[in-house]
Amino acid sequence: MNYPETFRYTKEHEWVSVDGDTGTIGITDHAQNELGDIVYVDLPKVGGAIETGKSLGSVESVKAVSDIYAPVSGEVLEINTLLAEAPEKLNEDPHGDAWLVKIRLSNPGEVAGLLSAEEYKSFIGS
Amino acid sequence: MSDPSAELLKTPLNEAHRALKARMVDFGGWDMPVQYSGIIDEHNTVRTAVGLFDVSHMGEIEIKGPEALSLVNYVSTNNAAKLATGQVHYAGLLYDHGGFVDDILVHKVADDSYFLCVNASNQDKDFQHIAAQNRWDCTVENAGPRYAQIAVQGPKALATLQKLTSTDLSDIKYYWFADGEVSGDWARIARTGYTGEDGFEIYVDPSLASKRWNELMDAGQEFGIKPAGLGARNTLRMEAGMALYGHEIDASISPLEAGLQWIVKFDKGDFLGRARLEEQKAAGLTRKLIGFEMCGRGIGRDGYEVRVAGAPAGWVTSGGPSPTLNKNIGMCYLPLDKAVPGTSIEIMIRNAPVEAVTIPIPFYKRAK
Repeated sequence: MNYPETFRYTKEHEWVSVDGDTGTIGITDHAQNELGDIVYVDLPKVGGAIETGKSLGSVESVKAVSDIYAPVSGEVLEINTLLAEAPEKLNEDPHGDAWLVKIRLSNPGEVAGLLSAEEYKSFIGS
Repeated sequence: MSDPSAELLKTPLNEAHRALKARMVDFGGWDMPVQYSGIIDEHNTVRTAVGLFDVSHMGEIEIKGPEALSLVNYVSTNNAAKLATGQVHYAGLLYDHGGFVDDILVHKVADDSYFLCVNASNQDKDFQHIAAQNRWDCTVENAGPRYAQIAVQGPKALATLQKLTSTDLSDIKYYWFADGEVSGDWARIARTGYTGEDGFEIYVDPSLASKRWNELMDAGQEFGIKPAGLGARNTLRMEAGMALYGHEIDASISPLEAGLQWIVKFDKGDFLGRARLEEQKAAGLTRKLIGFEMCGRGIGRDGYEVRVAGAPAGWVTSGGPSPTLNKNIGMCYLPLDKAVPGTSIEIMIRNAPVEAVTIPIPFYKRAK
């Protein structure tokens, strides 16, 4: 699987892609593969705040519930409504159409502390 | 570094699972496949075609002797005197206090020989429990290591297995078995299962398990057979409303509470747990198992609190998505007056109440 060079990653298997002061957050291909068939995605409300390292929502597979941890802090601008109807998209396109939330970064400097694509791939042993 | 999986018990099919790239998990101390192609895909394959499960981790206990029936009937809730040779029934193994030691399948092999299939993680406990009650000079053997068990389940199970055996499978009725052969080797072929579909569970010599597995995979190829793991086994049994030890039933739950009064035969004479169950029946139950389906967004999972009108009332025993019904379902314990279909309940999901409604068990019944 391709882990985009422009993304930054966490050891909890989230990614963030930054465009100006906007960050798009998702879970990694490794995460979706570990979870298996994803059947439900619980996302925060637009306008709410998310905080680095805190749960911003959850992803449920047939077997289990997993927290999604915010890789960076900010205010939720948009959530991906596609996932309410088609959670299985997270299995198909986790780095693309199945992003989770877009936020306004409250501390853009946090991004530099995250893993690069190379570091993340080495972390997951791929 | 030590390999944590090194201490896990392995079935004779462990290498076959790894070759199929199964995702393996620690299941009660056993290194078992949870999924191969994906739980939903495996689930649907069993509902529409045929799936193959390694259930060799399950335990087998053999009770033999002239008074084998007396011991079987004393330790189990169902009436084994009603079994014909070649017949199987489901039963509870109870403590004196009426809670479950385990739930089991009793096969009558002969008047003086019974074969019990028991849960993997309970087999030693079950064996000790039964052996401790042996006042009838029976031989009780913890025979798990002598059997591998493969479940062939789904509408194409019969067609698949029939290609490998001269035993006429259509002669074996549901919950009956035959000692016959598969590919020329001895096999106990039972028309039983834990999926809500037609199918067979075959008991074979462990040294022949991987041969049988590969033959079955080949025989079922024309029907689209797939290996299925514990994940699909769980969603399938949940839809069929079948209890799982440690979830719907355990040492603190009686069969009457679990909706399993049909396996309790008070008219058969004394058995372990009987006095307590009679008391419970006379006094009236306080709680009962009931199904539910989610109305609001969210999935009620095992262990989640159930509320009625805002007040804590019970707990979810099993819950998750139903691939066949395409909704989120589960089972829960509720006070007796609430444990009827049509009660509005709330499941506490991540500290927030989500609406659900009680519905009858089972959720799914195959067309006969």
